[in-house]
Amino acid sequence: MTNGEPTLQPAISVRGLRKSYGGVEAVKGVDFDVLPGEVFGLLGPNGAGKTTTVEILEGYRPRDAGDVRVLGVDPWQSATEHRERIGVVLQQSELPPALTVREVHRMFAGYYEHPRDVDEVIALVGLAEKSDARVKTLSGGQKRRLDLGIALVGDPELVFLDEPTTGFDPSARRTAWELVRSLRSLGKTILLTTHYLDEAQRLADRVAVIREGSLVRIGTPRELIGAAPEVEIRYRENGRDVVVTTSEPTKVLADLAGRAVAEGRELEGLEVRRPTLEDVYLDLVDGDPA
Amino acid sequence: MSAASLFAHELRMQQLIFWRNRESAVFIFVFPPMLFLLLGAVYDGEIDGVPAVDRLLVGIVGYGCANTALAGLAITLVIRREGGILKRLRATPLPPPVYLSAVLVSTLIVFCLQIAVTVLLGVALYDAHAPESVVALVPVVVLGAAAFAGLGLGLASLIRSAEGASAVVNLVVLPMAFLSGSFGSTDRYPDFLQAVADVLPLTYLIDLVQAAYLDGDSLTDDLGAVGVVVAWGLAGLAVAIRRFGWEPRER
Repeated sequence: MTNGEPTLQPAISVRGLRKSYGGVEAVKGVDFDVLPGEVFGLLGPNGAGKTTTVEILEGYRPRDAGDVRVLGVDPWQSATEHRERIGVVLQQSELPPALTVREVHRMFAGYYEHPRDVDEVIALVGLAEKSDARVKTLSGGQKRRLDLGIALVGDPELVFLDEPTTGFDPSARRTAWELVRSLRSLGKTILLTTHYLDEAQRLADRVAVIREGSLVRIGTPRELIGAAPEVEIRYRENGRDVVVTTSEPTKVLADLAGRAVAEGRELEGLEVRRPTLEDVYLDLVDGDPA
Repeated sequence: MSAASLFAHELRMQQLIFWRNRESAVFIFVFPPMLFLLLGAVYDGEIDGVPAVDRLLVGIVGYGCANTALAGLAITLVIRREGGILKRLRATPLPPPVYLSAVLVSTLIVFCLQIAVTVLLGVALYDAHAPESVVALVPVVVLGAAAFAGLGLGLASLIRSAEGASAVVNLVVLPMAFLSGSFGSTDRYPDFLQAVADVLPLTYLIDLVQAAYLDGDSLTDDLGAVGVVVAWGLAGLAVAIRRFGWEPRER
């Protein structure tokens, strides 16, 4: 239904969102839009207001101020309608340990008006061989797939993934990334929170960095990196490490190389690197507020 | 989707979850009839002027109510809350009142089956009397289950961790059952223990069960006892309304 049909209305629209807990402002006026079919990454350190923001969008709590629309409705006011159309993977949620994978999918399928075929969903998340296995016998990675399966069984348009690969080993993370990509190709809109930068870089079409309750940067991963004009050149001279940060790397390199050639020596340990998203991110969350 | 079909679906799931989970099925369902078998083998003659086995059967029905609707419900809800299942369910279109009703009715079903098993065992093995009037007994059973479920919801709201749930709950339920005469006569208890028993809801529930079971009395024959049981249930419910949460307390 939503597949490929371009809509002008954003899947999520947040304007001036504010939320305090007991006098402490957790979210201080956040604005962003998530477009239909987009994978949007929300990045930030613990306590930045990431989870509060997502839980307001999921309909878990009311906001103090601002306007929030999720799939065109207010997630707090229109809870039932909203929940029919979203899928949620929480950071941690156990499921009935004695039920089988198929039974848990059936349980959740029963809550929705138009659920997807249970076995199809189980196959989609790669648990077909575990359909009749009890939840308590699953590995950590398999439990996470089960979480994803029950988030998809209601055939949601929008999926919230809260730190979906935390605690995974590298191969389980790769499998999870494949799953997220396959969700995207199904036309789902995805809001992903993560503190893994490579994850955001690989999966997200756009990333918002949140810090102390405010958005400090928003854009594609490439834009965020490109926004940092400086390139770092490192080499060793007389046994000392030298780092040159410059916005004119070609000129600096030509000068350095020219000098070295003239003196008949090698530029030891020469390295030229653009900042990664990680550098940009660390600058943003450690530095002065933008 | 209609609330009725959601309720039917959730009730089926609650039953599946209950019976599939061996530990809780044994603790909640098997334990009271098992105690009845043990006590029935020990006592004979009369207790409080009625055949001992009948008095024990009635007491165990009362204990079963506390064990199923209060202890079992409270422990289950705390474990589900702390494990994040309740929070996860809130992200689905299943309305919380439908979920809670299904959990409560599922508990009532377990309790009714437990009574049936206990009665059958008593009649078959110990020559106990069958209920004088099932019509009189059913409202007592429903009232007891509802009131103790109210207490169970209230208690679940006060317990902070899944690890402590079972200990806290049994600290409440076992002494209460003992004081209220679930396991035999309280005649020879010292006065101060009897004074405590006089305010406990289980004392009055056992009175009501006994009157219905042995004499076919209806609830209206002892409105004082009904009042005490209802008051406790409402008190539990009031705590639950103020304090019940769907999200884990411990982080």
